[in-house]
Amino acid sequence: MRDFDAMANADFHADVVVLGAGPGGYPAAFEAADHGKKTILVNDDVAPGGVCLNRGCIPSKALLHVAKLLHESHEAAEWGITFEKPKIDLDKLRDYKNGVVTGLTGGVRQLCKARKVQLEEARGTFLSSNLMELSYKDGSKKTLSFDKAIVATGSVPAMPPIFKLDDDRVMDSTGALELKDIPGKLLVIGGGYIGLEMGSVYAALGSEVTVVEMLDGLLPGADRDLVKPLQKRLEKQLHAIHLNTKVLGLEATKAGIVARLEGENAPEEETFDRVLIAIGRRPNAQNIGLDKTKVQIDEKGFIKVNSKLQTDDPQIYAIGDVAGEPMLAHKATREAKVAVDVILGEPAEFDVRAIPAVVFTDPELAWCGVTEREAKEQGLDVTVVRFPWAASGRAQTIDRTEGLTKLIFENKTERILGMGIVGPGAGEMIAEGVLAVETAAVARDLAESIHAHPTLSETIMESAEGMFAQATHYYRPKK
Amino acid sequence: MAIEFKLPEVSEGVESADIAELHVKEGDTITANQIVAEVETEKALAEIECPHAGRVAKVHVSAGDSVAIGAVLLTIEESNGAESSDSGSKDDAPKAEEKQEEKKEESKPAEQKSAPAENKQPASTSAPARQPSATVPADEDRAPAPAGPATRRLARDLGVDLYQVNGSGPGGRITQEDVQNYVKQRLTQPAAAAGGGGPIAPPPLPDFSEFGNTRREALNKIGKTAAQHLTTSWNVIPHVTQHDLADITDIEMARKTFLAGPGKNGPKVTMTAIAIKAAVTALKAFPKFNSSLDPETNEIVYKEYYNIGVAVDTENGLVVPVVKDADKKSLVQIAADVTELAVKARDRKLGMADMKGANFTITNLGGIGGTSFTPIVSYPEVAILGMSRGQKQLSLIDGELEERLKLPLSLSYDHRVINGADAARFIVKLSALLSDPFTLLSEC
Repeated sequence: MRDFDAMANADFHADVVVLGAGPGGYPAAFEAADHGKKTILVNDDVAPGGVCLNRGCIPSKALLHVAKLLHESHEAAEWGITFEKPKIDLDKLRDYKNGVVTGLTGGVRQLCKARKVQLEEARGTFLSSNLMELSYKDGSKKTLSFDKAIVATGSVPAMPPIFKLDDDRVMDSTGALELKDIPGKLLVIGGGYIGLEMGSVYAALGSEVTVVEMLDGLLPGADRDLVKPLQKRLEKQLHAIHLNTKVLGLEATKAGIVARLEGENAPEEETFDRVLIAIGRRPNAQNIGLDKTKVQIDEKGFIKVNSKLQTDDPQIYAIGDVAGEPMLAHKATREAKVAVDVILGEPAEFDVRAIPAVVFTDPELAWCGVTEREAKEQGLDVTVVRFPWAASGRAQTIDRTEGLTKLIFENKTERILGMGIVGPGAGEMIAEGVLAVETAAVARDLAESIHAHPTLSETIMESAEGMFAQATHYYRPKK
Repeated sequence: MAIEFKLPEVSEGVESADIAELHVKEGDTITANQIVAEVETEKALAEIECPHAGRVAKVHVSAGDSVAIGAVLLTIEESNGAESSDSGSKDDAPKAEEKQEEKKEESKPAEQKSAPAENKQPASTSAPARQPSATVPADEDRAPAPAGPATRRLARDLGVDLYQVNGSGPGGRITQEDVQNYVKQRLTQPAAAAGGGGPIAPPPLPDFSEFGNTRREALNKIGKTAAQHLTTSWNVIPHVTQHDLADITDIEMARKTFLAGPGKNGPKVTMTAIAIKAAVTALKAFPKFNSSLDPETNEIVYKEYYNIGVAVDTENGLVVPVVKDADKKSLVQIAADVTELAVKARDRKLGMADMKGANFTITNLGGIGGTSFTPIVSYPEVAILGMSRGQKQLSLIDGELEERLKLPLSLSYDHRVINGADAARFIVKLSALLSDPFTLLSEC
């Protein structure tokens, strides 16, 4: 039931209100405004841009860029160039990272202004399916009535109670990105992409990094042949990687954080200067008044949505991390466009077949579409073609021959169902795979499109050749 | 052991049914072959028997749902339980899951564990056709149709099911042109467009609330089927309607005499039954009226059997059961058939077989009133006879003014197959048959 009186008395009215200004929220607001909707973007974070810009994708990539430089300066010795041990000015590095962030979040503000999106820096809480209360930092409150709302409240790092010590030496990804110091010994709990990316940064800066993973491999979800070259390199950069290992508990002592471990090769107890908890993320669907609406939450805490991003409440849509896995910025952005299209009455649907996953370690790891493991689990009739980078001229010139490009083809049609790459630049190269999978390209489409020489992208073309012939630079003995 | 009871084939050619009534609920114990539901298909109501005995663990549908044949209706735990044998292996499963769980989202402590209970309620009914799920939509069990995002969007826009489109690209890839060609092709075969609607999409409705209050009611299955069929017929067949008045004074008197005397205990011989008999004779004399036009080959298909459809008005809508082999039946037999079919129609007990195979249809509105109307030919038939209310008129007979009972006849026909002169001949013949009991007797 619409409460028309309350709506009439609201301080503002929006055709579309977007709650949360991350990589789901702000594109949604822009899209709605670009189509003539009066749009209000409600955000209570330090700056628009969400986790991605403020304390996720962007700052971590700035630091990883530096980490790569540090590694390369070290490796250059092999190529006859020797540098002195680098001096690290942590304050300046932090400023550089913060500068990148403020530059981008400022850009989002400007874009809001240019598009006449009203940015309300307040905490938004639903009062009903058509009303939201805005609580400002100065304690004042306003009400906002709306025709449609898009919930894009994102997620927060998961922090189980046993790791909650109220000691700032135990950090989540947010804390790690603050770069307070370079700990002598860092424990990273969780061998997922966040743990490995931040572990790499700290290792490059000089920390002795130990990664503990409960499962039997790093990066669960990725195919093992892609993880292998990364793991091999990480084993050199990191102090230790303990797989099949559990953290039984953490204890804050004067000397450091004492971790009790349980696993084959792990010490029972070890003291660290800092601990990074990177075991996953939790959707932000609580405490935003959804109980006042018809929105339903699933057992994992995600807002239930259909492929049109509609919730169970006809007025309310949800996108991004809060609307389900995978919790990735680019998924949120696409969903934003779909949700707005649906609001505009367009025949949109989130029916993507390839959401790229990229791990920005060195080497990078990227995949999209069906993984080899999924193909096997689903019983698909596929051929997997691998092209090792040792056969790539470009890979030789950068001395990174450990890379691998692989394509997964449906046998009957030679259609590309998935792509996986490990190696420097994999994150950029995967875009071609996404296009191929989404447009239902077949092997010849990739093989017969000229790829510039000498580039790493040639490995994609040559992998495709392997589906129906021999790759030029890699000979597979006939079976 | 849990068994899934699926909606069986209700009758031939029916792909889905609406759940009219459910006779069981979760927790009920049922015996083998118990009737668990009533479903409504295009034209009939059917009872659904479940061959399994046991406890109803879950009811997957609710009354009013439209359910495809083969969809799961009930989950039944069979009473000859083999349940205990499972429990051994069950113990291991949760552990493995727990491990995954802990790793991926170690964050899920007690607060969240309590949540599912409240969230289990079915999604609110105000959001029809929604199936919110937290993940990327799966394309059922099929691989996604090979088409790029722009093509997929075009298909959604035009309401095209991509699985129906043959892709012209390598690996069967569907291009935007393929989708456009598919739509064009469908538009040029309107006869096959059982999907409803003619080639012209109706413009959207205005906002009636400007003018006053409104109320909405969904068409029932019979209504939907009739609407589709009539639209197809109207769009495909160039209609012409020919009117005549049959002098039924004598035959009406004969009918009444028969009903009062020898026919007293038999079925009620109605004017409709007589018209069926007369129509068969006219159809034999003019075989084109007993044909269909094959749109693909442009051939006229002459039929050597005489099945006559009879439109029956029921509470739930219009249905047209068929009197089979009317040429081989006596008037009394035909009358008996018509009565039986009308009763079945009103009780919604007609099967699909009762409504198939008509060559010619008769619709009699005489019981209600009116002087004439233009019935719609039921595709692929080529003609239909409408009867209005008989009216007393003054006629000049051999110079004498007489009161005669005249029956208005309205013959609609497919002008592609039947020309106007033939139609006039047909209706004159029909009138003659109805005007003179002896002619009818001698020719039938």
